[in-house]
Amino acid sequence: MNRRVGLFDYGSGNLHSAARAFANAGADVSVTSDLGELRRQDALVVPGVGAFAACMRGLTQAGGVDLIREWVAADRPLLGICVGHQILFEQGTEHGTVTPGVGVLRGSVDTLPARRLPHMGWNTVQPADGMSLFGGPAGERFYFVHSYAALTGPDDALVATAEHEDGRFVAAVERGNLASTQFHPEKSGEAGAHLIATWLRKL
Amino acid sequence: MSVALRVIPCLDVHDGRVVKGVNFQNLRDAGDPVELAARYSAEGADELTFLDISASSDARATTRDMVARCAETVFIPLTVGGGVRSVADVDALLRSGADKVGINTGALANPGVIDEIAAVFGNQVLVLSLDARREPGMASGYGVTTHGGRKSAGIDALAWAREAVERGVGEVLLNSMDADGTTDGYDLEMTAAVRDVVDVPLIASGGAGTVEHFVEAARVGVDALLAASVFHYGTLTISQVKAGLAEAGFEVR
Repeated sequence: MNRRVGLFDYGSGNLHSAARAFANAGADVSVTSDLGELRRQDALVVPGVGAFAACMRGLTQAGGVDLIREWVAADRPLLGICVGHQILFEQGTEHGTVTPGVGVLRGSVDTLPARRLPHMGWNTVQPADGMSLFGGPAGERFYFVHSYAALTGPDDALVATAEHEDGRFVAAVERGNLASTQFHPEKSGEAGAHLIATWLRKL
Repeated sequence: MSVALRVIPCLDVHDGRVVKGVNFQNLRDAGDPVELAARYSAEGADELTFLDISASSDARATTRDMVARCAETVFIPLTVGGGVRSVADVDALLRSGADKVGINTGALANPGVIDEIAAVFGNQVLVLSLDARREPGMASGYGVTTHGGRKSAGIDALAWAREAVERGVGEVLLNSMDADGTTDGYDLEMTAAVRDVVDVPLIASGGAGTVEHFVEAARVGVDALLAASVFHYGTLTISQVKAGLAEAGFEVR
């Protein structure tokens, strides 16, 4: 039976591309903000674009903060993407303003230490040993578009890093059934499709 | 390893169809943007840019349908520009599946709209489409043009690029109206001048005819290279361009 994936529609961006990317990989996808409907799925995908603070606002209004905390506490499969990855951390700082995050990952999200921002385009990642998301060819690239990132990973998780100018940042995290990526797998062509299929297979 | 130099084919769209010569073998219908987008994606395009040259709002709605179909079949970033004047226009395009939105005349007429759009969606969605050419009366020697390069906007191109970045565009697409259509190469001097004043990603556009042209522009320090006719007419493939860039020492996907 196909795995049922809930794509959390809390008002952060267009989800058609993401929905289709997960469907292409063999998932039955529900795009919804209905918490009951989401709880019935096998796995939860938390997307997000734009600002950390705006995403947290939307997520809070949709009841998503408690949903994610409860989901992660039960070690149910969850995948955060881009700002949906960032808000899993304890806090985000934008233009000097600190916004509390969901806090299921230790650490904070800050401005990338680089002259050229946003960091936009296809970059390589360096996964820690034992990460299950990255099984593709060496040197494969994923699509990033962001100016903020976690600069150090939680020490209780496996972390993949990427490099922009002279700075390293967290490109992906895995801890039990929690996974999240700073890049956009749904916009990363074949490499992204492979990652999504790999994630679905281990559900 | 760092972020790869992007190679971006640009498609002009009118009423949901690709216009301007497209000359491909083995395509059922070269005018179908979705089919063409899939083809370019398979060939290694890092991103696709659609420029909607439709004049009517009905035709723009057709373009949004086209973007939606592309976003469901092609899993690389899509930028759509043309006729964007308001937060609502950006919202409609993003809802259709665009990842980034290009703004040009709408921002010249009302620069404040850049601030408004960036405040709602962040600067990473907004690309300043800057059509510029040599213009002796301008302080920098480069002026902004409108109407496909036929009219001067009476604004210095470098000053405008700087202002737009300060207001909140996350990327600049610099199209040389002197070089556009010549296939004699990108305008390297103007590109270097804009590079000096903006720190956001910069896309060079206009004039590409050979692989060496892409390499020359890459050496100026741009983040992405856009071209239309060399790809549409099959003069060059994206993989040829990338092979040339890699040989010259640039990181490509």
